[in-house]
Amino acid sequence: MASITLTVNGSARTIDVRDPEKPLLYAIRNDLGLKGAKYGCGLGQCGSCTILVDGEPVRSCTVPVSAFAGKKITTIEGLGSPEKPHKVQAAFIAEQAAQCGYCTNGMVMTGAALLEKNPKPTAAQVKDALAQNLCRCGTHERIVAAVVKAGGARG
Amino acid sequence: MNMHTSRRNFLKSTGALFIAIPFASHVKAQGRIAAKTVDPAQVDAYLALNADGTATIYSGKVDLGTGLRAAFPQIAAEELGLPINKIKLIEGDTLLTPDQGSTSGSNGIPKGGMQLRQAAATARQALIKLASEKLGKPASELDAINGEVRPKAGGAGVSFANLITDKGFELKLDAKAPVRDPKTHQIVGKHVPRPDIPAKATGRFVYMHDLEVPGMLHGRTIRPDVIGAELVSVDESSIASIPGAKVVRLKNFLGVVAPDEWDAVRAAKMLKAEWKGGGLPTDSTGLRDYVKAQKISSTEALDKAGDFAAAYASAPKKLSGEFYWPAQSHASMGPSCAIADVKEGEATIWCSSQGTHRYAKHFATMLDLPANRLRVHYLDGAGCYGMNGHEDAAADAAFMSKAVGKPVRVQWSREDEHALDPKGPAQVITQEAALSADGKIVAWHTTMRCPKPTANLPTIPLLAPVEVDAKQVKGIATGSLSSGGKPPYDVPNLLVEVHWLEDTPLRPSHLRAPGKIGNCLAVETFMDELALAAGKDPVEFRLAYMSDPRGREAVERVAKLFNWDKRVEPRRNGKGRGIGYTQYKGDETYVAIAMEVDVSADGRIRVTRVAATHDCGQIISPDGVRSQVEGCILQTIGRTLFEEVKFDRNHVTSRDWASYPILTFPDLPEMKIELIDRPNEPPRGAGEAATAPVAAALANAVFDATGIRLRTVPFTAARMKSAMAESGVKFG
Ligand code: FES
Ligand code: FES
Repeated sequence: MASITLTVNGSARTIDVRDPEKPLLYAIRNDLGLKGAKYGCGLGQCGSCTILVDGEPVRSCTVPVSAFAGKKITTIEGLGSPEKPHKVQAAFIAEQAAQCGYCTNGMVMTGAALLEKNPKPTAAQVKDALAQNLCRCGTHERIVAAVVKAGGARG
Repeated sequence: MNMHTSRRNFLKSTGALFIAIPFASHVKAQGRIAAKTVDPAQVDAYLALNADGTATIYSGKVDLGTGLRAAFPQIAAEELGLPINKIKLIEGDTLLTPDQGSTSGSNGIPKGGMQLRQAAATARQALIKLASEKLGKPASELDAINGEVRPKAGGAGVSFANLITDKGFELKLDAKAPVRDPKTHQIVGKHVPRPDIPAKATGRFVYMHDLEVPGMLHGRTIRPDVIGAELVSVDESSIASIPGAKVVRLKNFLGVVAPDEWDAVRAAKMLKAEWKGGGLPTDSTGLRDYVKAQKISSTEALDKAGDFAAAYASAPKKLSGEFYWPAQSHASMGPSCAIADVKEGEATIWCSSQGTHRYAKHFATMLDLPANRLRVHYLDGAGCYGMNGHEDAAADAAFMSKAVGKPVRVQWSREDEHALDPKGPAQVITQEAALSADGKIVAWHTTMRCPKPTANLPTIPLLAPVEVDAKQVKGIATGSLSSGGKPPYDVPNLLVEVHWLEDTPLRPSHLRAPGKIGNCLAVETFMDELALAAGKDPVEFRLAYMSDPRGREAVERVAKLFNWDKRVEPRRNGKGRGIGYTQYKGDETYVAIAMEVDVSADGRIRVTRVAATHDCGQIISPDGVRSQVEGCILQTIGRTLFEEVKFDRNHVTSRDWASYPILTFPDLPEMKIELIDRPNEPPRGAGEAATAPVAAALANAVFDATGIRLRTVPFTAARMKSAMAESGVKFG
């Protein structure tokens, strides 16, 4: 069985991988116990499983874990905590931007990645960045407001 | 302190997601809980005052992402006289909470919340009585404030903990116990942040999907390519290369289990099996005709006034139209997931069911267990908006756990969820109405065709028990599809009928606002057609037939909020405005919605602006209501524009987000919402009402933009484009 070392939220983690095709999502949720990233479709269509790889949002459900050796992975748990939330997370809390919250991981991670590139996005830019992220509950308006607020631009 | 922080702290301290929850027999050893009643007639079923000054409330209704987790503590804190942060909430656990019915039909607050309020009011009355003896003061001079009973005029009080023992109240719920005057409310009606959001925004919240129980295996079910097919043979050797993977075959039920989740996924894909037979009586393109051709098992007149037939026959101006609402999916963001631990003589199930109590009985029946030997725990799933696959996944897990003697977690795939979740059934609605020579509505006839729900069916039949051939009650459930066919207007000669059909091709269940969005589309589109025929502005025309002041206020205020400009003839320039109004279920929440759309030359419809007024009586959690109204509007815009379950004669073919598109961020309109709070009216539901007029307002706006009446949902670009070509509409 091959073992692969990943850098997750700043620490090196080694996991055994029997099937090199196993998507990263299953490794971070089950082998590393980081359950913030969610299984939504396994098809790269919804964004629930989004993590950051070297700062870029990646859908962890479709990419094999073997592709991440040596890469820096950040999960939502690494972004911030309830006690010390990242500014995007803090804005989601302030805007009460979740209903069921199943999509929230993808929204927060994609929003955080957007702010890295574009620190003060407008509402239109946020909608554009989240165009491929799905929310079934209809929380969209609050999600846009939260990301805009985190950046500090006027919506 | 609440459930979430305690879970979070637990996770922090153990660094793991294992949660061991004891079964009934172990709970007994913990003293206090042993005596815990779940009898809905008893105060102690709903709440317990703890020695540390906190209170625990027990709710048989559950938070489905709707904010009840904030609202229930608000109600209890207000009524008891406790700070809200002293309230802990336990939801859905069938061992600890009273059976308050399932969390559906927008009844969380109106039923569940009001039972809780009455329990708390009864408790307060009892506390005041006890304190009156202790303090030697008449009860009328005392009140429960901040965790103690004290004289209203000031002076020393006595804490709740000093008034009540471990035994609880041992009191029946008193329907007459006075509740606090809304004028004095300090917590109800105020914004209270939802306790679950910090954990949800930081990835710490433990959803059903995230739970692990010690020793569990991962299970996946394999269902035939043709609905209803029988399992002929299974080649177990086809998964021999996957260590620890095992086949579970029980008659026509087929599953695999494996210690590793990805191995279970692979095994389910690799497993070779042969099936035969099965099939559907129609495909989705033929569904409308199928519904219309189906034998009518009975016709029921739901509402009648005057003499429709006579008035219609003699009227000078007549209109008619037929509307179609397709089968739709709950399409939850997270495919259903559940864990079951079935042992000899007892079972525990962890599930996101809206109706843990109901389904506990159902699960016990199918597993041949006494009802009191099966416990269901509730954990949040992805939003379900009705009954999706949560309970099916639980049944899948239960049969596999029983077969392998270990706890089994079943996670449905995206394809499973889209294909297998019970569907909101298709509806065909026809309208006939007539105007007098001076443009007054004189006759109206609504006819609805929909599958007849089986009378008193307690639960929806699940897939696995059918496949296993286990015991379960048969029938179909749909929610009340025939509600909302009655126009909310004063019409002298009215007939509202439903043609009940035996069945519908795909297994139905209730999907948010069952039937009411389609029915409101038919009624409210038609009201617009009548306005045009009468040469009147749609808002003015509606108001002329409305006598309920709350309904009138909703419509008048939405017109103002939206900046409605009067029109009679459609603009036909690609931009249009429409209105829709309903009183949900005929006597509940009032909602009026105005909408603006852009229709482009290629037929694409974009909703650009929405205004809504919403009167659900007394508001408990304003932000909770607002978030539900937003969700209702956005989700239903998607359902109206894009959503239709596609199937061929074998199976559902719209099995992912590409083939079953929903609303996305670029589709987001500008929204203005006005909540009308009526503290002295009973609270009504907010989870569904605002969905109902959405399709109607949208269709009416499209008519204004194009002069075309869309009567078939979804209003896809292709459908709009061909309608435009047919009627020669061009603009730009
Ligand atoms: S779960 Fe990865 S994109 Fe949907
Ligand atoms: S909040 Fe439920 S899917 Fe987005």
